[in-house]
Amino acid sequence: MKEYKTIAKIAGPLVFVEKTEAVGYGELVSLRLPSGEVKNGQVLDTSNDVVVVQVFEGTSGIDKESRVKFLGETIKISVSEEMLGRILSGAGKPIDNGPDIIPKKKVEIIGAAINPYAREQPSDFIQTGISTIDATNTLVRGQKLPIFSGSGLPHSEIALQIARQAKVVGQKENFVVVFAAMGITNEEAQYFMNGFEETGALERSVVFLNLADDPAVERLITPRMALTTAEYLAFEKNMHVLVILTDITNYCESLRQIGAAREEVPGRRGYPGYMYTDLATLYERAGMIKGKKGSVTQIPILTMVGDDITHPIPDLTGYITEGQIVLSRELHRKGIYPPVDVLPSLSRLMNLGIGEGKTRDDHKAVSDQLYACYAEGRDLRGLVAIVGEEALSQRDLRLLKFAAEFEDLFVRQSREQDRSIKETLDLSWKLFGSIPENELTRLNPKLKEKYYMKK
Amino acid sequence: MLKEVLYRIAGPVVVAKNLAARMYDVVRVGKEKLMGEVIQIDGDKVVIQVYEDTSGMKPGEPVFNTRKPLSVALGPGLLTSIYDGIQRPLPVLEKQMGSYIQRGVDAPGLSLDKKWKFSATAKPGQKVEGGYILGEVEETEGFIHRIMVPPNLKGKLVTLKSGNYTVEDVIGKLDTGAELKLMHYWPVRSPRKLKKKLSPTIPLQTGQRIFDTLFPLAKGGVAAIPGPFGAGKTVSQQQLAKWCDADIIVYIGCGERGNEMTEVLTEFPHMKDPKTGRPLMNRTVLIANTSNMPVAAREASVYTGITIAEYYRDMGYDVALMADSTSRWAEAMREISSRLEEMPGEEGYPAYLSTRLAEFYERAGIGIPLGLEKTGSISVIGAVSPPGGDFSEPVTQNTLRVIKTFWALDAKLAQRRHFPSINWLTSYSLYHEALAPWYREHVAEDWSSVVKQVMIILQQEEKLLEIVQLVGSDALPEKEQLTLEIARLIREFILQQNAFHDVDTYCSIEKSYRLMKLILKYNDLCQNALVQGVHVKTILDLKAKDKIAESKFTKEWKQLLDSVEKEIGKEFAHLHAQ
Repeated sequence: MKEYKTIAKIAGPLVFVEKTEAVGYGELVSLRLPSGEVKNGQVLDTSNDVVVVQVFEGTSGIDKESRVKFLGETIKISVSEEMLGRILSGAGKPIDNGPDIIPKKKVEIIGAAINPYAREQPSDFIQTGISTIDATNTLVRGQKLPIFSGSGLPHSEIALQIARQAKVVGQKENFVVVFAAMGITNEEAQYFMNGFEETGALERSVVFLNLADDPAVERLITPRMALTTAEYLAFEKNMHVLVILTDITNYCESLRQIGAAREEVPGRRGYPGYMYTDLATLYERAGMIKGKKGSVTQIPILTMVGDDITHPIPDLTGYITEGQIVLSRELHRKGIYPPVDVLPSLSRLMNLGIGEGKTRDDHKAVSDQLYACYAEGRDLRGLVAIVGEEALSQRDLRLLKFAAEFEDLFVRQSREQDRSIKETLDLSWKLFGSIPENELTRLNPKLKEKYYMKK
Repeated sequence: MLKEVLYRIAGPVVVAKNLAARMYDVVRVGKEKLMGEVIQIDGDKVVIQVYEDTSGMKPGEPVFNTRKPLSVALGPGLLTSIYDGIQRPLPVLEKQMGSYIQRGVDAPGLSLDKKWKFSATAKPGQKVEGGYILGEVEETEGFIHRIMVPPNLKGKLVTLKSGNYTVEDVIGKLDTGAELKLMHYWPVRSPRKLKKKLSPTIPLQTGQRIFDTLFPLAKGGVAAIPGPFGAGKTVSQQQLAKWCDADIIVYIGCGERGNEMTEVLTEFPHMKDPKTGRPLMNRTVLIANTSNMPVAAREASVYTGITIAEYYRDMGYDVALMADSTSRWAEAMREISSRLEEMPGEEGYPAYLSTRLAEFYERAGIGIPLGLEKTGSISVIGAVSPPGGDFSEPVTQNTLRVIKTFWALDAKLAQRRHFPSINWLTSYSLYHEALAPWYREHVAEDWSSVVKQVMIILQQEEKLLEIVQLVGSDALPEKEQLTLEIARLIREFILQQNAFHDVDTYCSIEKSYRLMKLILKYNDLCQNALVQGVHVKTILDLKAKDKIAESKFTKEWKQLLDSVEKEIGKEFAHLHAQ
């Protein structure tokens, strides 16, 4: 394999190499610095005149004397069941001082799109034990349901709680967790590690760590490594895999950084115009496939910049994922854990996973009624601020009280509390008890007869 | 002559050298012969957008020009098909390469083996030209597919025979020597011509109360559904695809979610067309190019869809085309434009965005096809996904300039679980007047005035709610309190509709009309009672009106509404007697 010493330009994470043989688009590159250090990269643009290489570990120390070698293949990861219980770097190398992983197979990390016709419709209810998710924003196997958080909110704790408690009722097999950290701090990473270790979840997890001080470019391949591993475990080894990606915001920042270095025309807020497509190639790798036993369920976490849900990152994500769990600073300030704001939260696949035979006959109606009452109660708070409680009708006062109780009893639960769906639904009916039967218009008479108890 | 080779590869856009090419020629790129399209010619360099992933491709690999523009195969077998953006049938791809879409696979858009029973209606010796109907094929149970002379041919029919043919067999010949087949190709970027364009006068019945009553769309009309994520765009689009009274549905999943396409793919075959009772799939063509499939194919998917729609329109059918979502299509244009390093317009979109959008929507319409005396139509319903739900962004704004019906989705309504979450104050339809004669003739004389009254009450409610925000509802005069209550009934009993309930998912125009009428009658009775001096609280306490809601969920709604109407009458009579 030829080595070139024809670097013409180095800019940000990019190296421009001239006078090469024909180099394939997306090919892996190895750069040997005069100091002996070896860095890796990938071809972003190739032509007869110049080849643009994106360097994963950053370009510091690279000079025009460095030698460039094109490896003739695209980025691959070695996968095997032995990866379970292991901690790997963002580029897929073991960093837990354990032995090397003996690969069963080498797989390209740029996953091909699943043929929509080959997809299986997701419909298995996942019980997370968190009422605000199970009752009102139900997660199903094969779904991608992100957590929209803000800096300082307990998204990591919620993700961990989900990873710990998630199960499909009536089935013994546990979820396997693939965890990909992108640009999070060492402290956050430690928190996750400890969490996994304490609960013994580490044995059924694969962890990819790209920390804040790791190269930004590596962040672009970390989630792809993780998802490729997840697909292997799910569709070739028949496991049910839960993928946690944190933090997508850091990933997008890296994307912007590379885009800027390539002098691309920026889109909204400087993010590249292809960010939607790029994110889609991550998120769309969740799902189930006809004739295969396993599944890939995704919980990406992103921190909304300035708590702004219209910022390009949450916005584009919301358009790709099947709903979102939105955390609220207001609830967090009130000391409510988990601070899930159910109103802007949504699960698009909910209806496929609930109802008689799956959860309970009243699930859909209860969820709609909770939404309707809570939304009205919350609106009334604004009114109270202006006119005071005295001006409200009896009905309004009841709804106001309902909203408070809903937050206090239903939303709030402890970090260890694992509520079954039955407990959650019963709790909802308990809350409905303070509202007269005829005002509960989303619940049909049959259900009310069966479950309604006046307080 | 110099060899035609690849010169540069950067993602989905590649550059070839020494290639003789015209704009929009389809080329085969690289050793794997990936499909691409010429989008720019600059000196000896030709820029090509490739419909598949280009990883591993090297400069110096061969390029081959097919000299044909991107075309779709049109003929029997389109219905019930599921295609990607460039008309490759997904089930065939699955068979050939498994669960994932790999590269370099080619599959014909129509089955080449299946034989169709063709009965000729035209006779040898006749002079024919483009669009002339040669004969018929029963494409799906009860659906007559009319075989036409391709639009660019003309001459005297020399032979034509009925019989069993595959789409490639020759069924007849013209005196010019041109061979006629069941199938022909048509370039997707050229609109198929009509003999005459007409103005729309017939509503597209959707079975959705808010659309049919307040904001109707005409057959041959264009509508947009913009809304932030989670507001229910896709459910609305799917409801329309399921229940609207078009003969043919073309559903384009353009850059959307894979699991949602799966939902359509699994549901449609099990659902029944309310008009014919046959499976919905029998009248549907699905195009699924999900967000992670190649971006260039996403750009093409919209054209593939509308060309198929035009083909069925040319047979004299009413076609409804749903594009979910046109924003993803616009983004595909932006992505390719930025790879070409074109000067960007607003928000990075290419400057030709508005022209492309207008050209696309202009392919909708009602008119007389070339070879027929009756009409055919295409109604286009485009979903728009504005970033952050901000309607001032370029795609929404440019769409608004060309569409006539605007169904604005509202996240606030969705959060309260008011579905369909169409905001009745910001939405509009410019077809009310054009459609009024039809409604007068087919539903009721007073249709327009009934709709207007309902609209007025809703607008009054909005104003009153502002006051309530400040002073509380008890401070309002009694008459206004009543208006609020009537508006609530309209919202809950008419505007809200449950897409997931077996009965409520489809509501006939007669039923919608009856519901509006009854609520307005109730309104009159209330106002009357108020004038007579009855206390508003007493009026609101009457219970019979609540039963109107039940009629939404039963097939025997006529009897139920009759009895509710009587009951309401009795209650008021009783009130006055006291």
